[in-house]
Order: sequence, then structure tokens, then C-alpha cells
Amino acid sequence: MVLLKNGTVETDLYTDVSSADKLPEKGAILVSLTQWQDQGDALTKRLDALGIVLQSDEKPEHIANDLAHFDVIALEFPTFNDGRAYSYARLLRERYNYQGELRAVGDVLLEQLHFMHRVGFNSFNIQSKNAIKDWEVAAADISIWYQPSSDNRTPVIKLRHDN
Amino acid sequence: MYRYDEFDARLVTERVEQFRRQAQRRLSGELTEDQFKPLRLMNGLYLQLHAYMMRINIPYGALSSKQMRQLAHIARTYDKGYGHFTTRQNIQYNWIQLKNVPDALADLAAVEMHGIQSSGNCIRNTTSDQYAGVARDELEDPRVYCEIIRQWSTLHPEFSFLPRKFKIAVTGSPNDRAAVKLHDIGLRMHQNEQGKTGFEVIVGGGQGRTPFVGKTIRDWLAPEHLLSYLEAILRVYNLDGRRDNKYKARIKILVHQIGTDEFRRLVDTEWQQIKDGALNLPQSEIDRINAYFTPPAYAQIDDETESLNEQRTQNPAFDAWVQANLAEHKVSGYSIVNISLKSPKLPPGDVTAVQMDALADLADEYSFSELRVNHRQNLVLADVPQKDLLSLWTKLIELDLATPNIGLISDIIACPGLDYCALANARSIPLAQEIHQRFQDIDKVHDIGELTINISGCMNACGHHHVGHIGILGVDKRGKEFYQFTLGGSSDQNASLGDRTGKGFPADEAVNAVEKILNTYIMVRNDGERFLETYRRVGMKPFKEALYGSA
Ligand code: SF4
Repeated sequence: MVLLKNGTVETDLYTDVSSADKLPEKGAILVSLTQWQDQGDALTKRLDALGIVLQSDEKPEHIANDLAHFDVIALEFPTFNDGRAYSYARLLRERYNYQGELRAVGDVLLEQLHFMHRVGFNSFNIQSKNAIKDWEVAAADISIWYQPSSDNRTPVIKLRHDN
Repeated sequence: MYRYDEFDARLVTERVEQFRRQAQRRLSGELTEDQFKPLRLMNGLYLQLHAYMMRINIPYGALSSKQMRQLAHIARTYDKGYGHFTTRQNIQYNWIQLKNVPDALADLAAVEMHGIQSSGNCIRNTTSDQYAGVARDELEDPRVYCEIIRQWSTLHPEFSFLPRKFKIAVTGSPNDRAAVKLHDIGLRMHQNEQGKTGFEVIVGGGQGRTPFVGKTIRDWLAPEHLLSYLEAILRVYNLDGRRDNKYKARIKILVHQIGTDEFRRLVDTEWQQIKDGALNLPQSEIDRINAYFTPPAYAQIDDETESLNEQRTQNPAFDAWVQANLAEHKVSGYSIVNISLKSPKLPPGDVTAVQMDALADLADEYSFSELRVNHRQNLVLADVPQKDLLSLWTKLIELDLATPNIGLISDIIACPGLDYCALANARSIPLAQEIHQRFQDIDKVHDIGELTINISGCMNACGHHHVGHIGILGVDKRGKEFYQFTLGGSSDQNASLGDRTGKGFPADEAVNAVEKILNTYIMVRNDGERFLETYRRVGMKPFKEALYGSA
């Protein structure tokens, strides 16, 4: 598993403790929604980076008022065809104005990177031998977009009418 | 007809190349069938019992003669010489080999066609009225908005992994020929009190195991808000639609479970947030698309009533065809010609490559080089000058494409059934053919008049049996094929689901049952009353008695 972020491979600095009983005192961690709801106070007092993992049945409205506390929001795809997180991503970006790292985790297929990027994900946990190349292929596969979304690609309708 | 501009063309070409790489990875073994499945489904490729099936979109049913020739070419080059038109205004090829699919898709891209989103849990081909643009009762051309929806929904990044497939239909006429009340979203164009045309928005219609007639969630929606409103509906569905059970995942179940009012509230709340944003449809774009649908250069001619009548009197077979297969055109001197794909010789919807080529020629000669496909698996030549009807008919006869049965008893929708489909309980096509055989007498057929018989081989209802005036459903009873009947279904503006008559009939009694139902109708009908009207007036009782005896 590699972490692909903004088109490059990075070391994942976060430890996923979302299913751990006890939270570590130090180090960057990813917590679950329940942990955040139960231990939010303690978590905000920690000095290290904090991220949250939302399962596919946990809507981002639960954390809409807490976004400033998170350096990473990871959205889980339990299977590639559970598409709820595509909407969650857009809501986080467009409605709640979340600016930080938005990470796709779980059953993330290379072929989905393009759509995921369009709805606002900028990092991905993927299985790949050559993630950078895979990313380049996925990003360049299609160069025409009909819809406005959370990325800054220009939809066709603007190309047609803005000149 | 809409023509691709540079952007549309580039997208489809890029998509073909993308799929070529993916297919290559599958053929080399780099991808397993499991990993390949979502990729091929997104391009309309199913794996069936013996081969791949490729489904190609015919956007809102419109085909140019050039496209039809290419469909013939695909049938001949990559398949067994024929194709199958579906109830969704698509065409399917049943015997395609994976190694040939990228080339077939490239050939299709060359004529502005593709299979993107013709399968999978995404927004499918938007369907419409086969008489769009030429119908006398039409308010505005629905194809303009179908095309707008086609573009918006193509490779939509948020809605490509919905709980289940999603189908949208649009009608621009009060007489609904697009079955909009039986779609996930149905849009009916009409005028508000200020005389401005907009959409009634209907959601949650559908057939399958749990059929529903759609519910209206908005009486009138201004065209500039069409896409933001659709996006709001789709987002609510993507977030809240059930994903735990494939048979409960369509939007109709969500609407049913939370109720129409609550669903409307959710959509409106979402819509308020995105309305007047980037999805607002500028008039310039509506106008741009509208320009593609300007009517062809009609000649200034009068209706040919007299000479046509003379030809009809001289030729009873021609007369029967004119009576059954023609519809009124909005321009004088022209007729809409329906071409029946329900000849007794071929399964409903099947067309050979030879017929496709010939149809393309006929479209060039008689109908401004365009054809349409309708949701009853028939074809349409929309703009035929009345003076040419006789010569067109003569040529259709030679092609076995002049069956005079549109809207009549043998114009049957039948799903593939046990002959082709692994899920089937019973055969559909042979039963359709048997009914066709039984009711050959043209006078009797016309006496029975307007009637739809729809046959599904199992409860998945691909043959739309719930909305047939007479619906027939294949069931399995201890390993034997049985058929259950429903009466009174309809998919038009007064859509309704049929009522069960009672217990089913074994295969060898099914056609007799149809005959009993129709004899009853003839006995109890009022003058000029159609089957459906009679059923709605008298109810089930007399039919039940005829079928099962009085208890
Ligand atoms: S209705 Fe049933 S038998 Fe007919 S095509 Fe659909 S799944 Fe197959």
C-alpha cells in the first residue's frame, strides 16, 4: 500500500488508531468518528497532527463544525462500488469549505482516481507498483469534463461559451 | 439531430483508447475478470453465458442513416449479422469477442456513438418520445433537454457508483409516449400559469420486482434550474439510497420508505444550497443545443388525402398498414411511419445487418436521413412525404418490415426469456410468436384494436408486464413453466400497474387465456371503447369469470 498525494508518493506519517482501544500520547494519528465524539477534548489538546476516518455510513455533517481540528480527513470505500464518499467529498469541499488533505482509503481502484480527484480527493491509499505512473495515466485518460465539480478543471460549457 | 462538437468527439475517442488499454490488460492476464468487471460494465460490456454482450446507446432514440449503416457494419464484422433493439432505445450485440470490442467501439466513435454508462449503477441513456419534434400534440422538443442531460450525466464523477442503475425520461407532449411515470426520474414539459415552459418532476417510478408509478415532487421547474435540481435528487439518492440489498436499492424504494413529502423536503433542502450556482443552464447553451434540432427543410405540400385514399381502396394490405403504422405529422403532407420489428419470423426487436443497411437507404430516400428507435422495440421514419408512402411500403414489404401491427395485439414487448436469459422462469419469445399466430385475422385484430401485451420471463420485469394492458409473467411451478396474467396496466400519462387475475396457466393454456380475456372484452365493451377503458370501467370480475369459471 502506498500513499499517493498530489501526484507524488509520500510516506504516510499517520498511524491509523481508529480501531485501537487506547490513543497514543504522541505522533500523528487517524481516529474514528466515535473516538472524536467521545474524546474530542483530549484529542484537541495533543500537539501532533490529527486526522479522522469516516466510514461510508458516516456523513460529514457530523464533523462540519470541527473541520479546523483536522489535518486529514480520510473517507473509507468499503467496496469500490459504494459511492457515497464521492458525495461526502464534494460536500466537504464545496459546502463546508474544507481545505486540508482529503484522503481516499479502502477499496480504491486505479481507474477511480480520476473521478475521486474530480470530487476533491487529493490523496489516495492505493495498491500499486508504480503509483506515480498510474496516477499520470489516470489523470490524463480523459481531458473533457461536462460537469462543474470540486476540482478546478474547466467544464465544457464554459469552454464553449466564454470566448 | 445533435452533432458532436470537438469536445464531445474528443471525450468519446479518449474513452475508447482508455478501454483499449484496459481490455489489453485483461487479455494479457494483468487484470482478473473480477477487476475487469467494473471497467467493462462502465462501457456497456456484459459477460453472458457464452459470450460478451455489448450494449450501445442510441441517445433518446435518434439515429442517422450513417449511424445505422455503422450498426450494420458492427453486426456483420464483429457479431453474427444482427443486432437487437431494446426497450431502452439501445442496441445490443450478443456475440461479440473481447478482443474485437475496442475496434468496434472505435468504429462507433467515428459516427458519434458509444456504450458509456449503458450498464452499471450510474445514470443510463436518457430516453424520450419517438415522435419528438414531429408530433402534433408536442409543446416543446424534449430532445434538447435529453441532450443537455446526456452531457451532464456523462462521466459524472459523483454519480458513477450509485446504489443502483438510474434512468431518466423526458416527454414534451401531454400524451406520454416515453413512459415518464415509470422511470427513476420522469420529466414532463408543460406550461405554467405565465405561459412559460418547464418541467413537472416525477420520481420513483419503476418496474422490476416492486413496481411503482412515480410521484410528482415538483409541479413546475424552470429549465435554467434543470441540472441543479437533478443534481440535488441524485445527491440525496446517492447518500440515502439503500445499499444493503440490490432489490431494494432503486430510488423508488427510498421514496416509498421515507415518503414523497420527506423525499421532496430533502431534495429541496439540498437544492437551495446549489441552486443558482455553476450548474445554472445559460440560455446560450439551451439555444446552442436547440439549433441542432431545427426542423428539416419540409416541402410546402398539402395532405394527400385523396390520392392516398385511392391507393388504400385499391390495396387492402397497404390500407391495413396505413391504418396501423402511421401517426399524424405536425406538418401537412407528411406522415410519421412506424416500422414494426414484430414480424412473426424474428424475435421482437431483432434486425439483421441487411435490414439495417436497407433501412438506412430508406431513411436517405424518404425521411431526411434519420431514424428513431422507440421503447416498444420498433423503429420510426419520422418525416415521410405522403406521396411516397406507397413506394416506401412496397420496399418495406420486401424487407419483411411492413408488419401492420403497431399498437395492436401482436405488437408485443417480450424480454429474451428462457431462450437467452439465465434468470428466466419461462420462455417469452415463443409465447409472443404463438399469440401472433393465433391472432392473424386482420379484421379481428383491428376489431380488438389498441392493445399492448407485455411478457416478462421472470419477476425482474424486463418485458414490462406490469404496464401491459395485458401483462404476462413467467413463473416456475415445480419445474414447469407457468404464466400469470395482469390486466389494466399502462405506461402513458395515466400510468397504472396491472392487477393479477388469479392463479397462473401452464404454457399450453396461455394463449387460450389471452383469447378468453379478449372475447370477454368484445362481449362487454361499449361502442368504440378500447380494452384498457373497458377494463377500467368494468373491473376484474367478468374477466375472472371467463378465465376461472364463476365460483
Ligand atoms: S425479465 Fe427475467 S427472464 Fe426476462 S430478461 Fe429480465 S431477467 Fe431475464
